[in-house]
Amino acid sequence: MQQKRILIKDTDLKKDRTRDFYTAFLTEIQDKKLEEKVQLVRVSDIGIYGKGLTVRVLPENFLYCDVETGDISRIVSESVVEGRPIEALLHKPDDKQLRLVLRNCGLVDPESIDDYIKHDGYQAIATILEKMTPEKVIEEMKISELRGRGGAGFPTWLKWKLTRAVEADQKYVICNGDEGDPGAYMDRSVLEGDPHSVIEGMMIAAYVIGATKGFFYIRAEYPLAIERVNRAVTQAHEYGLLGENILGSSFKLDIEIRLGAGAFVCGEETALISSVEGKRGYPRPRPPYPSVKGLWGKPTVINNVETLANIPLIMLKGGKWFSSIGTEKSKGSKVFALTGKVKNSGLIEVPMGTTLKEIVFEIGGGGIAGKKVKAVQTGGPSGGVIPEDFINAPVGYESLQKLGSIMGSGGMIVMNEDDCMVDIAKFYLRFCVDESCGKCAPCRIGGTQLLHLLEKISEGKGEIEDLDRLRRISRAMQKAALCGLGQTAPNPVLSTLRYFEDEYKAHIVEKKCPAGRCAGLFHFSIIEEKCKRCGLCFRNCPVQAVSGNRDQGYLIFEEKCINCGRCFEVCKFEAVSRG
Amino acid sequence: MVNAVINGIPVKVEEGTTILDAAKTVQVQIPTLCKHEDLPPSAACGICVVKIKGNNKMLRACCTPVEEGMDIITNDPEIVDVRRTVIELILSNHPNDCLTCGRNNDCELQTLMANFGIQEEFFDKFVKKTPKDSSTGTVVLEPEKCIKCGRCVEVCQDVQDVWALSFLERGFKTRISPAGDINLADSPCVRCGQCSAHCPTGAIVEYDHTAKVWRELMDPEKYCVVQIAPAVRVSIGEAFGYPPGTNMTKKLYSLLRRLGFKAVFDTNFGADVTIMEEATEFVERFVHKKGALPLITTCCPAWVDFMEKFHSDMIDHFSSCKSPQQIVGALSKTYFAQDKKIEPDKIVMVSIMPCTAKKYEIKRDEEMFASGQQDIDIVLTTRELARMIKQAGIDMTQLPDEEADHVMGDYTGGATIFGATGGVMEAALRTAYFLVTENNLEKVEFENVRGLKGVKETSIMIGEFEIKLAIAHGLSNVEYVLNKVRKAKEKGEPLPYHFIEVMACPGGCIGGGGQPYMVKDSVRIARTKGLYADDEKSKIRCSHDNPFVQKLYNEFLGKPLGKKSHELLHTEYKGRPQYRK
Repeated sequence: MQQKRILIKDTDLKKDRTRDFYTAFLTEIQDKKLEEKVQLVRVSDIGIYGKGLTVRVLPENFLYCDVETGDISRIVSESVVEGRPIEALLHKPDDKQLRLVLRNCGLVDPESIDDYIKHDGYQAIATILEKMTPEKVIEEMKISELRGRGGAGFPTWLKWKLTRAVEADQKYVICNGDEGDPGAYMDRSVLEGDPHSVIEGMMIAAYVIGATKGFFYIRAEYPLAIERVNRAVTQAHEYGLLGENILGSSFKLDIEIRLGAGAFVCGEETALISSVEGKRGYPRPRPPYPSVKGLWGKPTVINNVETLANIPLIMLKGGKWFSSIGTEKSKGSKVFALTGKVKNSGLIEVPMGTTLKEIVFEIGGGGIAGKKVKAVQTGGPSGGVIPEDFINAPVGYESLQKLGSIMGSGGMIVMNEDDCMVDIAKFYLRFCVDESCGKCAPCRIGGTQLLHLLEKISEGKGEIEDLDRLRRISRAMQKAALCGLGQTAPNPVLSTLRYFEDEYKAHIVEKKCPAGRCAGLFHFSIIEEKCKRCGLCFRNCPVQAVSGNRDQGYLIFEEKCINCGRCFEVCKFEAVSRG
Repeated sequence: MVNAVINGIPVKVEEGTTILDAAKTVQVQIPTLCKHEDLPPSAACGICVVKIKGNNKMLRACCTPVEEGMDIITNDPEIVDVRRTVIELILSNHPNDCLTCGRNNDCELQTLMANFGIQEEFFDKFVKKTPKDSSTGTVVLEPEKCIKCGRCVEVCQDVQDVWALSFLERGFKTRISPAGDINLADSPCVRCGQCSAHCPTGAIVEYDHTAKVWRELMDPEKYCVVQIAPAVRVSIGEAFGYPPGTNMTKKLYSLLRRLGFKAVFDTNFGADVTIMEEATEFVERFVHKKGALPLITTCCPAWVDFMEKFHSDMIDHFSSCKSPQQIVGALSKTYFAQDKKIEPDKIVMVSIMPCTAKKYEIKRDEEMFASGQQDIDIVLTTRELARMIKQAGIDMTQLPDEEADHVMGDYTGGATIFGATGGVMEAALRTAYFLVTENNLEKVEFENVRGLKGVKETSIMIGEFEIKLAIAHGLSNVEYVLNKVRKAKEKGEPLPYHFIEVMACPGGCIGGGGQPYMVKDSVRIARTKGLYADDEKSKIRCSHDNPFVQKLYNEFLGKPLGKKSHELLHTEYKGRPQYRK
């Protein structure tokens, strides 16, 4: 029997039950004399929530939910000793999901080209090379209506067609793996879990446009993705799937990897090109588009990781099949990184048209700690906040845009009453200000001014005219910034202003932060009627802002208080108020 | 050709024409801060935005080509408001130093602020105090006034191929600086000043020496003399409302006397002497095979610095003859001083140059002290002189014409064209022809060496010899020419050229880094025309025919390349590191 690791987590967060369960599990292991072979670990997070006691058996990765103490001996004998899953206990992912892009992740060994080939890998390119002209492939892609998954949603077939139409002695295909939205890891998961699909997608793109050279642009912070892509490229070369005369045809393609230094702007295609060329990652004006003048001035197609991973599947199953999934204008599926104040966070993939409500409540299991979901943020720093009133909105390029957000590359953050909208806007804006390349004035200065205004407001120093300033700068950035980063950077500000202007006004007029996030805009006081004069707050205050004694009671001196919230946390009688 | 509509007016323009240029055909000047006619669009400032009917987005006019059927709107209330906001944002990141700024009243940002009627600051100010860099003594870098338009970086890297300036850091912290955050003087900077000539604000200006000149003029002990460079006469008028190319020579003479200079010379006299020396040097090398060929001109100090830093393997090819400025300087404190019986250390030699690098040249090495003193004491650029005239309250337009002082005020047509690219070559050929054939040319004009093409290659016959020539201006054009020479030498093939002229600035000195702002090709052409007109109306067109040059050689120097010439008029070169520790 090989070495095993068993992870335990009570997803209902019941401390005593976990301890008893752990003890029982440990006893069972000791009884069966398996201490040497099995490591039992209590983990702090297992990736799912509200599913009772959960057990994960590694390396097989069986995940069992709603486990009871009575199941322990079965798990040990069948799964740990014999390595078999127990069907009845297995965690069943909800059926709202549809795994197209992630189809191979977790199923196919990402380090084995043979395993990929066993799962229909390189079938699509083989068929294409055998009997399809580039025009035919474009036709099929047009039927599929696949749109770029990097965020902008440009039709992939059209990008290919435009690049194909330009005559040049050299063309390039680039895979954009410079995923940079905070909290997003869709592309990383695909590159780590299924690198061959992306390579196959690049091969098809290269064949169509007539490129003989391809580049992966992957950020250096993704070492495992880089390692796996590297290995996959080497394997593909060894199998004759890259190089000259691929599969006996005249098609040739070499692929190299370029590492990005993690600048967000280098996800913008013209800045990415500069970076691959070894220059400062500055965007440049378009036109000329990369399809005409791209890498080293040659026609270049740049597709996002997720876009490319879709392509072999489309070519195998047909464009018509693909376009049968999704909404009228947004076809196929989309991967989202679901996080925030939601029970089940993680990477999910749903058909376009799935509503936010289905994602948050059925897949995500709803808000945490019984708190009401207030809004959903999509599109990362370029996106916006969609309030709970619009939670029935389906995901799709146009539908989210109509609500003042964007689909973006797939970040999705659930927010509740503890989230302050001014603070959220500030968070995203700070990200964009940090990541602004500094080339164009609207983004470079506009972003800094917006951030300054938000800081002012969250410190209670805002004036009502600042709302007008926010809107004016935002519009100038949207209209006059050079690249997508600057044009969309004000979106978090505009969307929170659109739906939560009253929160801004509470900060400005009443000098209050309703969510209790903005330090300085709330203060602590002791409610005399509730106070039992226990003195906990007095003893715990780090700056001696609480004074008094057990006879006379206690008071908090505002001028000394640093709003750390320690008294609020330690009080057992809810006698400290925050407001 | 493509057809489009701008503000309801149909236009027909060549394919590839930008909206910005197309708008000019219907009398619309779209405002911009970063676009310069010399440079490709950087699209940095975001002010030139326009709308296409039916499209919600705004496009940058500077870099968007007109497409067939476009219906363009260049101004409506929304566009104006977006532009105003961007300008206000730029203002929030720019110090309010206008009154004490080198660009006061001549600043593109200030003009834009005024045009948009910005009368109060709508946003809080964010200006980080940063130290000035005046280490070169030629241009001064004030990063806090920089609006990051990128013109200086573009001109330094791509037009001049010097790569002294670059952007450091990013986002709001972006700033211009030499790589490695060192002083400009320690960088590869060749002091050509093209950055200052292209900067829209006061972030890069010439090092101002006007106060120093005023001080010297006030000193009763001092004998102040002055010389004006060829290119200055056809550009200074621009500061007083004259069109580019207007020849102001004679007004300048009277002006300089009124400012208090005791003798007024002309650098053109030095140019004639340069030709005597350089043409003789060429004939020595070409006909008598004494010295390396091709011979390369050295009148331009930025080019000399560039060569010493980047192409020091070519030092043997350099003419050892000093520039006209230095020649007039050395002769003023020797020949002139002896003639007038003035102590050389009492003479203050001021030169008016179109150039910032000339401020560097006067202390380039010990050869610039040939008279025993520093030969040139102070260099003023055209822009500085214009300011001095205004300070003195002299009405340039009403000044009478005067003549320069003898001996060093008399020049030929060959000398005056030194200010334009190809001019040194043309003047040298006129004299070289005479030196070889002992006859003067019937037609002195060499059309093939003229014009704004980056590299001009041609050849001429002098007697039985075919002389192959190359003229390069704009330092990025140099490498092509030099590599051709290197390749031929390596392979032992016949030389591609025998004589090469290089000027660092595009167009030559008329486009110099110290000239009035907003230079562009149309301005360069006009200034050049002014110089060729000056040549044409000259009675004497060849340097060797200048009677005062002949007098100089008879009375003082002896013969070209003679002992005295070598002492006073020639110099040496050495390789220098691109980066100093």
